[in-house]
Amino acid sequence: MAYYDEEDLGRFSEIAKYRPDLFEKFMAWYQACQEDGALSRREKALIGLAVAHALQCPYCIDAYAQACLESGSNMEQMTEAIHMASAIRGGAALIHGLQAHNSVHKVSM
Amino acid sequence: MDRSTVPMSATNDFEEKLAAHGLELRAETVEILQVNVGKLCNQACKHCHVDASPKRTEIMTRETAEQVLAALHRFRIPTLDITGGAPELNPSFRYLVSQAHALGAHVCVRHNLTVIFEPGQDDLPEFFRECEVEVISSLPYFLEQQTDAQRGHGVFEKSVEALRRLNETGYGIDGSNLILNLVYNPVGAYLPPPQASIEADFKREMMARYGISFNHLYTITNMPIKRFLDYLRRSGNEERYIRKLIEAFNPQAVAGLMCRNLVSVDWLGRLYDCDFNQMIELGVDPELPQTIVDFDPAKFALRRIQTASHCFGCTAGAGSSCGGAVVKN
Repeated sequence: MAYYDEEDLGRFSEIAKYRPDLFEKFMAWYQACQEDGALSRREKALIGLAVAHALQCPYCIDAYAQACLESGSNMEQMTEAIHMASAIRGGAALIHGLQAHNSVHKVSM
Repeated sequence: MDRSTVPMSATNDFEEKLAAHGLELRAETVEILQVNVGKLCNQACKHCHVDASPKRTEIMTRETAEQVLAALHRFRIPTLDITGGAPELNPSFRYLVSQAHALGAHVCVRHNLTVIFEPGQDDLPEFFRECEVEVISSLPYFLEQQTDAQRGHGVFEKSVEALRRLNETGYGIDGSNLILNLVYNPVGAYLPPPQASIEADFKREMMARYGISFNHLYTITNMPIKRFLDYLRRSGNEERYIRKLIEAFNPQAVAGLMCRNLVSVDWLGRLYDCDFNQMIELGVDPELPQTIVDFDPAKFALRRIQTASHCFGCTAGAGSSCGGAVVKN
């Protein structure tokens, strides 16, 4: 059995089976988040793509790569968004280096 | 499997979708005669629904062009929309355009830009200006990589040069009445972005990068027939793309579909509800006249449009027509 199946993205709504009320609430919120607002759909799709990479969710990466194309972003813009997510992930790892330093200093003479 | 159209179910799933929304697709009055003067083209784009290329030999004769002009004159049809192939490569092209202009028709030409560099075509911008032609040109993106990926190596550079020539002739310039519209097609198996948003990008980038201006950008969805269908199959995208079109069905797009106010004429003078139906040889209602010689707009008004699964391409998202998105955003 494959853990990630591309076809599962289209079956997302099946998760509603046991608690449709919760899924309905989630979808209403999720869809409202996608609409044009203070941020455009295109900006939101780029944020979605960046977050998808930070979370490393293959379904979200697929969905938001398509959403970026269909909202008018090009590969340069999408790649910059991915670098932003990666840079923040890298920075978040690196800043924890101080925790390691602190831990070592605490027990060192 | 037949490569001309998407797989058909035993019943017409597009008609079923219309019916489920309480809709029926019928024409209004005929305002546009869209004439495909042949499949010969100097390019061979990967998404072309005509399968046009330099190797094609199907081309409209002068006699058929005369029949088109007779219909235009007799029935006072306001607009002649000329497409191909590269229509300029038809020997009767300039005759058809100048005569239609003399009759008072508004003439649109689906001009691929690069044909201007073919022998004997370098005065095309001036010819367009003389006949007050509305020029409609494909440019899938404002960057070279995407445009050449769809339309062929070197096409972007030539297209930019041709656009400069059109601007110099007065096309697409503020305050000029010479109209230059561009057409955006997705470079792959996805839907076009919102028209207003991508038009703003094109206007900004075309001016900043190349000093080029134009009037409007039309977004057109790639139709799953002919060469684009071949691409979908080769790339393993067919099922996903068709599903995307069906899931994006927008009942609001139906009222503005191009088939409702045009009749399409092929290189032999045969009649269709649109250029896409023409390419899969899905003629007009069999009860109606089938050729331009017998055409009568009174009989074509309110006709039932012939549909098949590819029609989902025109009703997906904001809709798609020869004039771009149907539902404005």
